[in-house]
Amino acid sequence: MSTDVKNQQFIVSVSPHVRDEESIARIMWTVNFSLLPAFIMAVYYFGPKAVYVTGLCILTAVLSERIFQKGMNKKVTSTDGSAFLTGLLLGMNLPPNVPFYIPIVGSFVAIIITKMLFGGLGYNIFNPALIGRAFLLLTWPKLMTKWHEPTAQFLGLDAKTTATPLGILKEEGLTKLIEHFGDKASLYKSLLFGSTAGSLGETSAIALLIGAAILFYKKYITWHIPFSFLATVALTAWIFGGKGGLFTGDPVIHLLSGGMMLGAFFMATDYVTCPTIRKGQIIFGIGCGAITMLIRLKGGFPEGVMFAILLMNCFAPLIDRNVKPKQFGAVKEKKK
Amino acid sequence: MSNSATFERGIHPKYNKELSSGKPVSAVKLPQRIVVPLSQHIGAPAKCEVKIGDEVKKGQVIGSPSGFVSSPVHSSISGKVVAIADFPTAIGRLVPSVVIESDGKDEAIAFRENPAYMNLSADEIKALIKEAGIVGMGGAAFPTNVKLSPPKEKPIDTVILNGAECEPYLTADHRLMVERPKEVIEGLKIIMKALGVNEGHVGIEENKPDALAAMKSAASGESNIKIHSLEIKYPQGAEKMLIKAIKNREVPSKGLPMDVSVVVQNIGTALAIYEAVRYGKPLIERVVTVTGNGIKEPRNMMVRIGTLLSDVIEQCGGLVEGAVKVISGGPMMGFAQWSLDVPVTKGTSGILVLTEIEYVASDEYFPCIRCGRCVDVCPIGLNPSMLSILAEKGFYEEAKQYNLFDCFECGSCAYVCPAKRPMVQFMRLAKSQVKP
Repeated sequence: MSTDVKNQQFIVSVSPHVRDEESIARIMWTVNFSLLPAFIMAVYYFGPKAVYVTGLCILTAVLSERIFQKGMNKKVTSTDGSAFLTGLLLGMNLPPNVPFYIPIVGSFVAIIITKMLFGGLGYNIFNPALIGRAFLLLTWPKLMTKWHEPTAQFLGLDAKTTATPLGILKEEGLTKLIEHFGDKASLYKSLLFGSTAGSLGETSAIALLIGAAILFYKKYITWHIPFSFLATVALTAWIFGGKGGLFTGDPVIHLLSGGMMLGAFFMATDYVTCPTIRKGQIIFGIGCGAITMLIRLKGGFPEGVMFAILLMNCFAPLIDRNVKPKQFGAVKEKKK
Repeated sequence: MSNSATFERGIHPKYNKELSSGKPVSAVKLPQRIVVPLSQHIGAPAKCEVKIGDEVKKGQVIGSPSGFVSSPVHSSISGKVVAIADFPTAIGRLVPSVVIESDGKDEAIAFRENPAYMNLSADEIKALIKEAGIVGMGGAAFPTNVKLSPPKEKPIDTVILNGAECEPYLTADHRLMVERPKEVIEGLKIIMKALGVNEGHVGIEENKPDALAAMKSAASGESNIKIHSLEIKYPQGAEKMLIKAIKNREVPSKGLPMDVSVVVQNIGTALAIYEAVRYGKPLIERVVTVTGNGIKEPRNMMVRIGTLLSDVIEQCGGLVEGAVKVISGGPMMGFAQWSLDVPVTKGTSGILVLTEIEYVASDEYFPCIRCGRCVDVCPIGLNPSMLSILAEKGFYEEAKQYNLFDCFECGSCAYVCPAKRPMVQFMRLAKSQVKP
């Protein structure tokens, strides 16, 4: 027997012995990166406030996860990009002009209550950033619905207060909304590029679509949730959204405004809180779209994406239990 | 065959076959000592027929079958029996084994030849196959004569030879198809004769154009044998996937290939069958791919059954610095070895040595984030995510409801898992805790 192999020690572990290079951290950091275009647009439209608010969210999110894990003697995973992503998403879901305690409290609720108390990454039922935002909206409704014109205020001067496009649509109707932007074309253009009032990272549809394209390219998300979500919204808006009766609504406004793009591509697709089975994801997406439109058209709030996703999060485990992937060699009941 | 056949889902790992695919099968020098386990197959272990001090010849029976699902074992060298004791095998179990020390003469017993082998009856063929100790050489090592004797209520109409060789790195079947295609085809014809079947197929992944060409030319005169080009995708060589790709039949859940009237055999097995029936040669050697970046000179070798891994590796130049993992079989379903003092058996298709660079540490894993990658790749259409969570938490009965026992542990789910979860381990754990 050869001598050089005699005393060598080898690693013994279960098969398979080769693995794909994908990891949780790589996925999370890539999603963070894909939000960069939207973040740049947020800074462009809302100025340094965007950096301040989002930064505070991220800092609180990462620190609270770290402190919690250290305190509970658990493996510290705050560098895997997941807490960073929660902070970033929460920041992008906040109005530009909020006092410092809003990001801090929101991130704390998102990370500690929604994620860590349920067992950490993988075990949370609800999307942490959205619970954080929902908590803030219900606790400080005035502060959380104070919107500003998207004019970058680098000198720190307060921008003019205004309503979001969806707010105007709800309170004053479509005609007023179009008047506000001049004509329909400039309304669409503003919605597409993001020069409207709204949460920091949600206004620029085009920037969010670029980010979504990255996720599609990397195969991190599939069409199932975003497509069924957006299609349901478009269809419902077209059928029921118009004042002149059925089939007179404007689906484009509903698709491009509010948290639609951010929600459909970045929040509803959160792995942990959506169904695992692709067929189930279509049901999930349709549910998100239907509830969003129910709130937008009939509810008290002008926007419904957040509550729609949170409500559908509740159904994700139920959907996963009842929708099975197509099984190879499924045995049809045979006569015996 | 313009469109390469395949199955749904599956994965695309790096194949790394170029390390050894161009290396012709070479002989190993006569080992000084061999360790022949009496159980190298699924089923009852063979009964030992020798005692310490006995002189044996190459090809002599040293263990005889002890039941219907059992197989004899033979000595692969001539020499003296020096020990009969429990020795570790590549799958980690201790197995009663016969240790034979070579006399250096390599004398063989007389083999009974059958020049007119195609005139033999099905029963005569099966008897010769059983006598030769032939078992499935793809890894599972199920006694071949049993596989060729399906119960009456399961008529067989098709034989498929598995030339997919979808395990990364391995090139043993590839080389056989390139170097000895005629004999492989003869083996297939013998199998078809034994089963009374008129339809034969060979499925080969399209990354082996030389094998495809050689097999096509070898089968050119055979109107009832078809050579198929298959898509490069793991686990294309799993029986169920192969049958789906070639015959578009789905083996039912919990069922066997014979439930859809098909018998699948490995390329190496077909060659061994030919040699057994034509020349009366027992299964005492096989092609082993010795490969991986941890091996100095990767190659394909004709290795005698019972040769220790250390002897084989030594003849390939030994290990390189940084070799960390030795695997018996392929990287997807093979077994990691803690020692090189285990023998090559009838089911050993490869010896793979990985270095720090190829080997991705998997000792640390994270909770499932339910990304669904495993669901997207599972060839059987299971929900591995759910199964792993249920197994992790001890809900074994519930796991059974999710078709746990249809899992054949191909490892595709573990391969893609970004949380690096030991999926195959979870499946085995759950399977060991409940009855099928």
